[in-house]
Amino acid sequence: MHQVEIATTQETLLDSPEMTLNMGPQHPSTHGVLRVVLKLDGETVIDLDCDIGYLHRGMEKIAENRMFTMIAPYWDRLDYIAAVSNGLVWVETVEQMMGLEVPKRAHYLRTILTELNRIASHLLWLATHALDIGAVTVLLWALREREEILKIFERQFGARLTCHAWRVGGMPNDAYDDFNKDVRQFVNNFPTRLDEYETVLSENRIWLSRTVGIGVISGPEAIAIGLSGPALRGSGVAWDVRKSRPYAAYADMDFDIPVGENGDTYDRYLVRLEEMRQSRRIIDQALENLPDGPVNAKLPKIVKLPVGDYYHSIEAPKGEIGCYLVSDGSAQPYRVRVRPPSFVNLQALRQMCIGHLVADVVAIIGTLDIVLGEIDR
Amino acid sequence: MLLLAPINFLDEFLLRFFSAQTVNFIVWPLIQIGLVVTLVALWVAYATYLERKISAFMQARLGPMRVGLWGLLQPIADGIKLLAKEDFIPDKADRWIFFFAPYIAVASSFIVFSVVPFGPDWAVIADVNIGLLLVLAVSSVGVLALILAGWSSNSKYALLGGLRSSAQMVSYEVSMGLSLIGALMFARTLSLSGIIGAQGSDTIWYVLYQPAGFIIFLISGIAENNRAPFDLPEAESELVAGFHTEYSGMRWSLFFMAEYAAMVVVSAVAATVFLGGWYFPFVNRLDSINHNLFVAVSLLIFLTKCAIILYVYFWLRWTLPRFRYDQLMDIGWKWLIPSALINIVLTAIAVFVVQALDGWKGMKTIEAMNMGLNLTATGKAIMIAFGIVGLFITGALLSRINWRSRDFNLRTQRRNIKLVNVPQGKPAVQTN
Repeated sequence: MHQVEIATTQETLLDSPEMTLNMGPQHPSTHGVLRVVLKLDGETVIDLDCDIGYLHRGMEKIAENRMFTMIAPYWDRLDYIAAVSNGLVWVETVEQMMGLEVPKRAHYLRTILTELNRIASHLLWLATHALDIGAVTVLLWALREREEILKIFERQFGARLTCHAWRVGGMPNDAYDDFNKDVRQFVNNFPTRLDEYETVLSENRIWLSRTVGIGVISGPEAIAIGLSGPALRGSGVAWDVRKSRPYAAYADMDFDIPVGENGDTYDRYLVRLEEMRQSRRIIDQALENLPDGPVNAKLPKIVKLPVGDYYHSIEAPKGEIGCYLVSDGSAQPYRVRVRPPSFVNLQALRQMCIGHLVADVVAIIGTLDIVLGEIDR
Repeated sequence: MLLLAPINFLDEFLLRFFSAQTVNFIVWPLIQIGLVVTLVALWVAYATYLERKISAFMQARLGPMRVGLWGLLQPIADGIKLLAKEDFIPDKADRWIFFFAPYIAVASSFIVFSVVPFGPDWAVIADVNIGLLLVLAVSSVGVLALILAGWSSNSKYALLGGLRSSAQMVSYEVSMGLSLIGALMFARTLSLSGIIGAQGSDTIWYVLYQPAGFIIFLISGIAENNRAPFDLPEAESELVAGFHTEYSGMRWSLFFMAEYAAMVVVSAVAATVFLGGWYFPFVNRLDSINHNLFVAVSLLIFLTKCAIILYVYFWLRWTLPRFRYDQLMDIGWKWLIPSALINIVLTAIAVFVVQALDGWKGMKTIEAMNMGLNLTATGKAIMIAFGIVGLFITGALLSRINWRSRDFNLRTQRRNIKLVNVPQGKPAVQTN
């Protein structure tokens, strides 16, 4: 709607030579080392091109030379904001390919911790997205909440950011003693804090004028590009791996999927905020019904997978993260391929940005919630 | 009171060496200039400290705490750090313009202090009879510095920042100047001391007569100073640092000083024109007790008013997101300039009505006209009523002008997201 408006005023402007602006890889708002080459007419974007690969570490190749159980820590470094979810996709792929039955308690703990990670990731998104649009205070408020989650992670996994959370067949150790209390405390405090962020942003005129109608992408277009996660749900498509192919303990949980209408930045913002509320709901339920029992299944000394290939995906905070694993029957994968949500979501950037201003490019990169570690692998 | 005695003593001391004229027109102004420049520079340094502290408290943290007690020496440490830093000039930059742009910025914002009436009598350097005009004229030179800095850096980010700032400052200067005209109709003078005197003899602050003017002035003042939410020229998340991307060390800090000094200027003008400057009810009774004490207290009142407006600046900066460039232009041209024009018309009508009512059916609205427009209680009530009604009329006319613009009814455009409970194990569901 807004794009058309700009396009018509464009023709009435005097002819001006286009300018190429190189945004990144060192730029405060490209969320890492993304390089965007913008073609500008004045400040209007007429074309853009993404240059990625500055953070390429060859994760998939490295994985070919590691035992199956050794690969999970590398996966933590893909989307370092959501290390817990990323580790889960690897261990679940291996478990499902070898047909391993994981204890129920481990499934529940996995659900709680990945949902906590989702909240942490969304909080970091909120912080940086608001910062990109100029609301600095939200950054520190959101990071304050994220800190509470990171404290739980630190006590549970021994690390805050890249926590090697899971082992094939379950968890390295059971939940620590005060786990229930800590998580319960967070769950109880969180809604009021979330409302606080909403009072600063959701009704704010400037926030609305910066996000409503910016970076619009329709449902069919989003599906065609292959968007997933909040970026897809913001466009009105109710697709969530947690619902369509339940993993861990999600089949037992009762939760809703927030869906936007117009597929603009504001819808995606609302969807993510609501997702945090739903995540809180899931954690609440899982904590309520947390079963007792072991957290680890029996594993053979050396994990070997049957010959063949397998694809498994889970709903990471950024979207569907998938893992395609080809095994030749040895103790190491023959080939691994990750389907990173950020990489696919980034493909929508060009379509979303054209016709908007430079300031909107920053807002749209923020709303796609990309992490370069995952894009470049 | 004893503390204030040296001023008279100093005066007598100076008269021994120079003639009375030299003392009055050369020596005293030089002392005043030295004091003002030093104090303003110090104030600018501590404004950064205050800003960091205030933002820290808003963001649930402590702010600078390490250098000195509560981090009180932080600005000095920062200053030393900036002085010691390399003064880097890019290879492809236009050296001389790059070199001089910061000085233009600092000079244009410091020169304005020559006419700012910090207090009565000796607390003002030069009481020029076109003071307000001088403030507007000199502070608009500041835009030149930003354009030159952006242009000479030979960097695209700096260039975009410079272009944005030129467009922004040029368009907001218009509404800034227009918003002051209403108050001038009451004061009937452009001298800043005269405006304060008029408010003093009318025993009122013009913000009561001119609520719309005050609001317009504050908004366009913030935009004129490139402060958030209008800090587009240096929007760090888009343009890295805008026009001063390539600057470093002391030259960068000169821009910083200029920005904070310009903030003080705008708050000083707002305090002078709309909040009565150093005038505060009943304080002038001190004059009969001790003149110097009266001046000092007035000075303090003036600084307090400035500080309150500065706090509003900080408050807004750390609360609101940033506007986009086209939205900023929209606000300038579609909202502020029309409302400033409407305000002028309404004020003129109000002044005319009040004057016409004087003597009508024995009504008395005007007390005196020798120092601004002095109204009786009835006249004041009518004028304040006009001011408040004017706010509504301005609002109604503005919404008439802007009702078709996209950003006008954003709240109604606000949607709620739907919550869907998809049956498990089903493929993607298209909802719209």
